[in-house]
Amino acid sequence: MKIHEFQAKDLFRTFGIPVPSGKLAYTPTQAVDSAKGLPGPPWVVKAQIHAGGRGKGGGVRLADSLEEVERAADEILSNPLITPQTGPSGQKVRQLLIEEGLDIDREFYLGIVIDRKLESPAMIFSQAGGMEIEEVSAKHPELVFIEAIDITHGFMPYQARNFFYALKPLPDKDMLKESSAIMSRLYKLFASKDCSLVEINPLVLTKSGKVVALDAKINLDDNALFRQKEIAQLHDPYEMDELEAKASEYNLNYIRLDGNIGAMVNGAGLAMATMDVIKLAGAEPANFLDVGGAASEETVANALKIILSDKRVKAILINIFGGIMRCDVLARGVVKAAKEVEITLPLIVRLEGTNVEEGRKILKDSNLDFSVAKDMEEAARMVAKQVS
Amino acid sequence: MGILVDENTKVVVQGITGKEGTFHTRQMVAYGTNVVAGVTPGKGGEKVDGIPVANRMKDAVDVYGANTSCIFVPPPFASDAMIEAADAGIDLIVCITEGIPTLDMIKTVHFIRKCGAVLIGPNTPGIISPGKTKVGIMPAHIHKQGGIGVISRSGTLTYEAVDQLTRVGLGQSTCIGLGGDPIVGASFIDHLRRFKEDRETNGVVIIGEIGGTAEEEAAEYIEKEFNKPVVAFIAGQTAPPGRRMGHAGAIISGGKGKAEDKISALESHGITVALNLGQLGKTALQVFKDS
Repeated sequence: MKIHEFQAKDLFRTFGIPVPSGKLAYTPTQAVDSAKGLPGPPWVVKAQIHAGGRGKGGGVRLADSLEEVERAADEILSNPLITPQTGPSGQKVRQLLIEEGLDIDREFYLGIVIDRKLESPAMIFSQAGGMEIEEVSAKHPELVFIEAIDITHGFMPYQARNFFYALKPLPDKDMLKESSAIMSRLYKLFASKDCSLVEINPLVLTKSGKVVALDAKINLDDNALFRQKEIAQLHDPYEMDELEAKASEYNLNYIRLDGNIGAMVNGAGLAMATMDVIKLAGAEPANFLDVGGAASEETVANALKIILSDKRVKAILINIFGGIMRCDVLARGVVKAAKEVEITLPLIVRLEGTNVEEGRKILKDSNLDFSVAKDMEEAARMVAKQVS
Repeated sequence: MGILVDENTKVVVQGITGKEGTFHTRQMVAYGTNVVAGVTPGKGGEKVDGIPVANRMKDAVDVYGANTSCIFVPPPFASDAMIEAADAGIDLIVCITEGIPTLDMIKTVHFIRKCGAVLIGPNTPGIISPGKTKVGIMPAHIHKQGGIGVISRSGTLTYEAVDQLTRVGLGQSTCIGLGGDPIVGASFIDHLRRFKEDRETNGVVIIGEIGGTAEEEAAEYIEKEFNKPVVAFIAGQTAPPGRRMGHAGAIISGGKGKAEDKISALESHGITVALNLGQLGKTALQVFKDS
């Protein structure tokens, strides 16, 4: 789960990580009022959406007067913000963070990720702040430093020194003390809130010698939300695609894509592979949909209804390999959905595995109009033919 | 032969009295798996289909002689169950549970390794040596005893692959699901090392997916040290970056973990990759016949 910058900064404050003073605003007038209550000019007007690359899309603006604050706020709120991560139609901005502008001396990158290869959290530090860390890693790996964190000891002070003494030029020693404290607090936040990523880009050294988190990004481990109830409430439904939001209410793994073949599959790996064969057959999948290993009749019916409510879908492929999930349950679910919503689109079904005969019989005995594919390849060919 | 599990495997099912635990215990027993005990704290003394239930893992090991555990415990308690199993002296832990927090898994894998136990999963269908025993939830009837090892990061995708292998006449020595989470107990390489020593195994099919770099590492190992033919398949060629594709571990992040990178790493190390899942069985037959 992702949260907004202002929410991440609230958490930073709780953990004693310095951030600029800031206030939230929903209208240009509120933006001006917020700025009046903050040190400045200058002020910074920041769009609050989850997608990255906000600066590149004009979603982060510096304002030297209250008029400029108002204009920046108005512009950001009136048009969808297009960034490299939003897709071409952009994302509507509903809230702004207004912050004091700081005099910056140097910019750094500081982040914590789960390093799958090291099987531990890892802190990443770089003196190339403000740039995308992936880009820096690719072009200037010598500027990126990584410290694996032993989960029983936590982040150790020597690791902060490892980072600090690698910097060229070496900053004033006061920065070591401040940044070391920030690093260990950031790890405390990461570990105690079950984060999958925290990122400060940039972490700045101001001209007055303070170390401040100018930006803040936090992603949470979805698997841990059951024990992070407060953070789970920070979820912003406006950030989700409408159908994806609906699917998540039904506990379905659904991701909307750009094609027109609706696909329903059991199991994440098979669902991905099904998307791939659809593409290889010359068509484009409209979605990723994993009904889960142990889906019920109800889940299957809901899944089919989600696919049917996507107006771009021109044909449907159901690919089920029954394991824990039985093919008869799938078949009953499909029949149930068909009773509640009319299925007018071509439906291709490929069933295999546990109780496959019973499943096929249930479908055959229903009044449903559908075609049966004998294997995955044939299924993909048949469904692609419907849209070619 | 085959690896990790065979006729001598004595299974304890942790969470045996739950719905899933009971259902799959029955399926395992029906396949011939020797389930010697179950563990559900507070239900010690009960029986499930005649299988004794204990309160503690140490009883399952000391009293009933279990050497392998199969876990169906809900996510908040699964880490405790795995660590309890390792501490009780279990050799092989198979954790079926999906949805365990990543930080719990980091603590757990390090502890289990310190105990010298092997962990399969979590979020895995388990492990089966066809004709001998299965410890997990895979549909047994699609398998056939033979000489192909299968290692996969997925569940149903593995069933699909195994089904195709069986249909073209390629039986399996052992099939293992690594688990769909970002942090799992064992890697492709860990099991490839075992398959290398296994006389029954003539070739291996590896099934990967987007996320992480486990396939790239395996590719390097295979070229350098593995002595048997390998066929690979990678799911997620059409997966968009930054989205978690069902499995917690299936995500392209920071430009890393793309299917195309994995495929080209495998190919550049001389490994045949089936690009179309529908062709996996035929491709495997071709490669294993020629070698």
